[in-house]
Amino acid sequence: MKPVAFEYCRPDTVDEAMELLAEFGGDANVISGGLSLGAMLNMRLVRPTALIDINRLHELADIKIDDATAMTGALVRQAAALKLPGVMSGVPLLAKVLPWVGHYQTRSRGTLGGSAAHADPSAEIPLTLVTLGGAVRLRSPGGSRDVPAQDFFHGLLTTDRRADELITDLIWPLRRDKTGYAFEEIAQRHGDFAIVAVAAEATVGNDGNIADLSFGLGGVEDRPLVADTASYIGKPATMATAEEIAATVAEAVDPMVDLQANADYRRQLVRVLGARVVSSAFADATHSREAA
Amino acid sequence: MLRIKSDQKQRVTLTVNDKTVSGFAQPRLLLTDFLRHELGLYGTHVGCEHGVCGACTIIIDDVATRSCLRYAVQCDGMKLRTVEGLEDVDGTLNALQKAFNENGALQCGFCTAGILMSATKFLQENPKPNRDEVRDMLSGHICRCTGYEQIVRAILQASGQ
Repeated sequence: MKPVAFEYCRPDTVDEAMELLAEFGGDANVISGGLSLGAMLNMRLVRPTALIDINRLHELADIKIDDATAMTGALVRQAAALKLPGVMSGVPLLAKVLPWVGHYQTRSRGTLGGSAAHADPSAEIPLTLVTLGGAVRLRSPGGSRDVPAQDFFHGLLTTDRRADELITDLIWPLRRDKTGYAFEEIAQRHGDFAIVAVAAEATVGNDGNIADLSFGLGGVEDRPLVADTASYIGKPATMATAEEIAATVAEAVDPMVDLQANADYRRQLVRVLGARVVSSAFADATHSREAA
Repeated sequence: MLRIKSDQKQRVTLTVNDKTVSGFAQPRLLLTDFLRHELGLYGTHVGCEHGVCGACTIIIDDVATRSCLRYAVQCDGMKLRTVEGLEDVDGTLNALQKAFNENGALQCGFCTAGILMSATKFLQENPKPNRDEVRDMLSGHICRCTGYEQIVRAILQASGQ
C-alpha cells in the first residue's frame, strides 16, 4: 500500500501551479487535503508522474460573501467551513450537510474543493452544490471559467476539469426567502460513504403551494443529480405531495449496484428518505416564511 | 517553488513533541513510515493506509488528522504531536492515558495511539463533551476489541465527567 514514485511539486503561487499543470497536464495529480486522493495514491489506483501540492497557496483559502453568493476557496477545510458563521447562516444546506462528511479526523484536513474535484457519486459536498445550483470556478493559463455544478460532474470520479485547469473556488447561492432546506443520508456507519443521500431546497408561497423545488440525489447514479420535479410546482406543499414526488423520482432513477446495496434498495431509500427530506424542506420553508 | 525528483532524498525537518528532528525522505514516503522508520517513533501505528481505520491519527500543526494520507516532504517545518509526547513531565501517564487504563479502554492496543491523539485534540476543542459528541468523534476510528463503550467512558472520565 505505497504509492508509485512521483515528483513532488509545491508551488508558492497560483501562477506557479498553472505552469506545473501546463508542464505535466494529465500526468499530474493536484493534492489538497489528500483524504480521497491519498487513499487512491496509496492503493495505486492513480499513478501520477507528479504530485502538485496546493496546500501552501493561501489565496485559495479565501472566502468572499456578496449579496447573492458565498465563494469558498478550493482549499477551505471542511472543519473550517463549519466554524464560519457567514457561510453556515448564508448556506444553510451546507451547514446541515458538513457534519455528515467523513469524520472529525478527516474534516479537519479535507477540503471543499477537493471533494468537488474527486467527484465521488455519493459525496455530500458535490450533492449540495448541485442541489443549490452552484458553480465551480476553474483557472487555466488562458483565464477563468465558471461551470454550473450540474455540468461539472460528468460521472464516477470524472468532471469537466481539463488537465491544465485548477479548481480555485466553489460558488454557493445564498439562502433565499421563504425557502427551506433539508438533508438526510443512510450509510453503514456515520461518516462512511452514503448508500443514498438526499437533499432538498424548497420555496413555499404564501398560498402554501410549492413555488420552487430542487430535489438532489447522491449515491444513486454515477454523479449527483437533481430530479425533474417541474410538474409539482404549484401543488400543495404537504407530506402527501412529498411522498408522491419521492415515489415518482424513485421509479425514474437508474440506481447503481454495488456490494452495499442493490438497485431496489436504493430506490426504496430514495422513496423513504426523499419523502422525509422534501417534507422537511417544506416545513423549514413555511417556518422561514412565518419568521420573516 | 519546491520540486523534488521522484528518486531524490530530501531532508525533512520537523518539530515532534517539542524536539527538532530531521531525516531524509523521497516524495512517496508516507509520514507514518517517516516517523517509524526514519525517526524511530514506533508509537504511531499503521493500519489500513487509506485513511479509514484511524490508527495513524496524530496532531499536525494543531489539527488531529491521518498521518498515512500525508507524505513526509509535505510536512517540512511543521509541528507534530504523537503518542510519545503525551506522558506527563515526570514520565508517568497523563490523565487521559490513566483513564484509558482504568476503564479497560484498550485490549490489543493497536488503535489506541490514534484514539488518544484524536481525543487529546477533541478535548482541547470541546472540554466537556457529551456522550454523543464523543461517539461521533470516535466514528473516525476502528477498534475491534473493546466495543467502544470503555473508550467513551475513559474520555468522559478524562474530561472530569
